[in-house]
Amino acid sequence: MTAPLLRLSGVTAYYGAIQALKGVDLEVHQGEIVTLIGANGAGKSTLMMTICGTPRARDGRIEYDGTDITRLPTHEIMRRGLAQAPEGRRIFPRMSVQENLLMGAHGRTGPHAAASAEEVFALFPRLKERLEQRGGTLSGGEQQMLAIGRALMSRPRLLLLDEPSLGLAPLVVRQIFGAIRDLNRATGLTVLLVEQNAYQALRLANRGYVLVNGAITMAGGGAELLARPEIRAAYLEGGH
Amino acid sequence: MTAGAPALRTALRDAALSALVAFGLFVALIGLKLVPTDQGMTLQTRPWALAAIVVAVFVGRLALLGWRAWRPPGTAAPGRIAEGLTHAGRLVGPVFLLAALTLPLYGGRYMIDVGILVLTYVMLGWGLNIVVGLAGLLDLGYVAFYAVGAYSYALMAATFHLGFWTALPIAGLLAACWGVMLGFPVLRLRGDYLAIVTLAFGEIIRVVLINWTTLTGGPNGISDIPRPTLFGLRFVGSGDPDTFASFFHLEYSVTQRFVFLYYVILALALLTNWVSLRLRRLPLGRAWEALREDEIACRALGINVTITKLTAFAMGALFGGLAGAFFATRQGFVSPESFTFIESALVLSIVVLGGLGSQLGVALAALVMIGGSELFRDFDEYRMLIFGLALVIMMVLRPRGLIAGRTPSVALGKRREIAAELVAQGRG
Repeated sequence: MTAPLLRLSGVTAYYGAIQALKGVDLEVHQGEIVTLIGANGAGKSTLMMTICGTPRARDGRIEYDGTDITRLPTHEIMRRGLAQAPEGRRIFPRMSVQENLLMGAHGRTGPHAAASAEEVFALFPRLKERLEQRGGTLSGGEQQMLAIGRALMSRPRLLLLDEPSLGLAPLVVRQIFGAIRDLNRATGLTVLLVEQNAYQALRLANRGYVLVNGAITMAGGGAELLARPEIRAAYLEGGH
Repeated sequence: MTAGAPALRTALRDAALSALVAFGLFVALIGLKLVPTDQGMTLQTRPWALAAIVVAVFVGRLALLGWRAWRPPGTAAPGRIAEGLTHAGRLVGPVFLLAALTLPLYGGRYMIDVGILVLTYVMLGWGLNIVVGLAGLLDLGYVAFYAVGAYSYALMAATFHLGFWTALPIAGLLAACWGVMLGFPVLRLRGDYLAIVTLAFGEIIRVVLINWTTLTGGPNGISDIPRPTLFGLRFVGSGDPDTFASFFHLEYSVTQRFVFLYYVILALALLTNWVSLRLRRLPLGRAWEALREDEIACRALGINVTITKLTAFAMGALFGGLAGAFFATRQGFVSPESFTFIESALVLSIVVLGGLGSQLGVALAALVMIGGSELFRDFDEYRMLIFGLALVIMMVLRPRGLIAGRTPSVALGKRREIAAELVAQGRG
């Protein structure tokens, strides 16, 4: 197998004195959808943010495409082909949908950005209908589409998705997960997906990791993890 | 009114309650007066003045309630006025510009003087609008940059005998440097904390100006600052060949200098406006607005937050500094007294009142607040009262400022025209 696109080895992160990540090892290969599941407070979002450089990893090493990005400033990391749709969507509420999209294009405008935008519209036609509308007035599902679309505007190789299903109706979740799958199949986009919705996430992903209290406790293929009784007991009981 | 007796009874009770509150508020403030006499002070009661105020509040409240009940449902009157304002924005802008350009033709010397003052604040408002309105960084010490610009020009003119036009850009750049210097320590701060540090920064600059007597002349300030010239032509009545009047074979009058100053500040203000509008359409300007909306999202999108914040501070400070240099040359004298916190507060209220981020709104607010307070100069002691009352009324009727809507700065591919009121309400 070739070298992974993203590799974390022994990564730790702290919030003040509290250790949020306790030596995480994780690999994402080109063209994969990898999911990271875990309970509230396990450190999933922290891991996502640590990859982006805020908070900075205290120990360990984060490599992207063969280069060490552990100590790079956040904006430089994000310009190397990573893009993130952050937790809670965080769209710009008073800016229009198209301004939101352009913010993801790394300052590029003109035909280049327009072409990226067309690709986003092909994925989420709803966004095209609401082009001039202010971001804050979109529905939750549309806002999530906008957050993903905004991240895609930079034409990333690796898309980091933090809880895209948060607060959305099951139908909308299926729609968004379907779009991620289509994108992965059509363009070979690599995706690292953080989810609480373990069932949907593991069904979508090629591989999965389970994060408990800041450490990886299990790893394996999506279907394989889904079949494990301890996963079923911890994350899937009580419906999905 | 068809609402019937219960509604009337509620309204009366409400009005009575308001009257009672007014009575409580004014019983000592208005009802009692200390009068100096030979033996010291005696307390004089003024029951009629108090009664008049209480009755006025009662009637006023009743009228307000009546108006609300009478108004057809679904049409918020203040909102409608605002929509009209936003809609008329495209017309109002050019009309105001034309009025400003031709003011010296129909206005007397006093009008021109007030115009210079108003335009100075328009420029300051537009400058601060970059920092507060676009980038969302609450700056309570904006006057510091105004002071840096004014003193830079004063010192350069006094020490190095630099002319106005040479010193003006240098003063602006120096102020921009100070903007960056303020920006660095406050990079991690937001909202309230940022406001407190900028407030302190404004005070530090003023205290330094007062105490560094060897450089700034302390409380005495710097006087005899040279007046600006038009390509070397001075505005004096000496009759020398290098004066404006003799060069153009005109009869000398003081108004010539005022008209010249007026056009200088008008040009500077329009430059500020033009630069802000251009920047808003550039990636940097959009990054400012995105920063105002959500800093974490900006980081996640690879926007360099440090650069974005520092440029916002620097641009705001630059225009503050240019306005300061103009202030120094207009007054011919600078002292720390001109750069107190009240100036920062005034400029900030112009920006907030005008509607954060709205260029036309800021200009209107400056006109109303500065021009208005000139208008009420005869009322002197009531000026601040009227001023405060106007602010309170504005914030009740239009909490987001005179012109609250923002128009998108960009279109992908073909720009679709969209009615202003839809944008303002976010329907699109």
